[in-house]
Amino acid sequence: MTTAAPTTADPTPVPRKARSTWTPGQIALTAVAAALSLVWMAPLGWALSTSLKTPTESVTSPHWIPQHLTAASWKSVIEAGNIPNWFVNSLVVSVCVTFVVLLVASLAGYGFARTEFRGKSALMALTMAGLMFSPAILGVPLFATVQSLGMVDTYWGMILPQCAPAAMVYILYKFFQSLPRELEEAAFIDGAGRWRIFFTIVLPLSKPSLSAVGIFTFIASWNNFLWPYMVTNNPDLMTMPNGIATVQNSFGIIWPQLMAGGLIAGLPLIVVFVFFQSQIVRGVAHTGLAGQ
Amino acid sequence: MTTTLAPATGLRPRTATATESARARWGRRFQHGGWFVTPFFVLYGLFVVVPVVRGLYLSLTDANISGDHTRFIGLDNYREAFRDHLVWNSLWHSVQFTLYVVPCIVVVALLMALIAHHITHLKWLWRLCFFAPFLLPSAVVGNLWWWLFQPTNGMVNHVLGIDTPWLTQKSTAMIAVVVATLWWTVGFSFLLYLAALQNIPHHLYEAAELDGANALQRVLHITVPNLRTITGLVLALQVLASLQVFDQAVVMYQFGPGPEESTRTFVQYTLEQGFTSYRVGYASAISFILFLIIAAVALGRMWLLRLREEDAR
Repeated sequence: MTTAAPTTADPTPVPRKARSTWTPGQIALTAVAAALSLVWMAPLGWALSTSLKTPTESVTSPHWIPQHLTAASWKSVIEAGNIPNWFVNSLVVSVCVTFVVLLVASLAGYGFARTEFRGKSALMALTMAGLMFSPAILGVPLFATVQSLGMVDTYWGMILPQCAPAAMVYILYKFFQSLPRELEEAAFIDGAGRWRIFFTIVLPLSKPSLSAVGIFTFIASWNNFLWPYMVTNNPDLMTMPNGIATVQNSFGIIWPQLMAGGLIAGLPLIVVFVFFQSQIVRGVAHTGLAGQ
Repeated sequence: MTTTLAPATGLRPRTATATESARARWGRRFQHGGWFVTPFFVLYGLFVVVPVVRGLYLSLTDANISGDHTRFIGLDNYREAFRDHLVWNSLWHSVQFTLYVVPCIVVVALLMALIAHHITHLKWLWRLCFFAPFLLPSAVVGNLWWWLFQPTNGMVNHVLGIDTPWLTQKSTAMIAVVVATLWWTVGFSFLLYLAALQNIPHHLYEAAELDGANALQRVLHITVPNLRTITGLVLALQVLASLQVFDQAVVMYQFGPGPEESTRTFVQYTLEQGFTSYRVGYASAISFILFLIIAAVALGRMWLLRLREEDAR
């Protein structure tokens, strides 16, 4: 399903062909959608417009179209600041977190859904209890723990504490439970071991769920503000969100630069979403996140 | 966790003991499945279980950031927290924020999902517009709305043609955070609703149409009842997340407490105690107060779900 062909873009088949033409109902709906989208995009439009103004123009009376269109702020943000550095840090952290989470959460989800071992129900209960502890609550003791592991101001300290999400284990556990057992059983009778079954049969069948979990982990990690803020003081190690937040404090405010920096921090995920949006929606529907 | 195995039709187990079923072989083969969960529990133990236990212990001490001269002081921190007006004050701000933001998110997300589901032209564009803000880091959202709410040269006053000092007066400071949050986070709930709408069986609508139900009646009598479960989930997730609000509020008010201390949230106060006043023990104690509130909400929801299941039976 491609984003370029909107009339076929929905996975549920639309039975009546008549609805793909401009009925009065569709015209009204499109008008409402357009109005709401305009409101929803206006803040981003304002940010873009500000980022293309000169600093003096940005603080004069508000207007949408810059009088002196200039990319100077974008240029100075990219060249002068730490932004390229923060960008790479964010990328390293988010990619590592996503990879580790996908690996450990799918293994654990499968372990809970399909294997037996001593203490399974106790560990399952422990995982469920973890759903209630967020980094916001654990912040201070988590910092103390990471400090005693000597991980403050390191990549490890930023990455590893984000890698134990009970929620992702639970989502994948639910999904693996719903897979038909017969497939694995057939492979087992043919002599495949449990690891081989997991990697060659189960994982390939789980692509929609894994991509949903992966995408949400990546978004959460890329945008994570609180934890990197607590664990790093070194500006060279900061991720994009913290870097952007400190820019506001450290320099006098130059609005066009602030907006350009923000757009640079936000654009990568928006581009990713444009390409993957159908997988995201399908993934959410498949993982049972939508709770039907 | 016993799950029934479908009988292996036609596939006789090739073991020596004829009495051993395929199920028993399967079970035996999959013993020691503990290895599957080991990597997760190493990380989970280190970064969730240890901090929880450690936090509980710290909350009973007068620990500071360096960890020297830590004394066990029993429940003194908790006693102090009950008398600390800033605990109540910041808790109220988090609750106030939750009360404002959650209903707005549910209504707007549902409206957006209904539009994006029923529209046939340019579906991808509407999805993108409604979801895009969710993809921005909170710090960017905070900075952006800080700019939009500027009194003389911000967009909000410009578009509305008014002159409100949103960020500097007590009565509007929290509203500014709520507006920014609604704009930022509604996309996630929108996506959940959109997925749920796709899961409603289509024949229900066709049947209703044959019975002569119009579009509004179909929404009211088929869509809305079928969305009850997902609405419960959206509400629960949003309440739990909103009680822990931190990022956008601190970025919009430059890590300060807002005008007349009107936007200091509970998490913010916890971190101030831990990292600014260096009172690690006290910070841990108030963190656990927030945990108890969150646990109460989560358990309350489970209890409600169980009641409803019993009703359905």
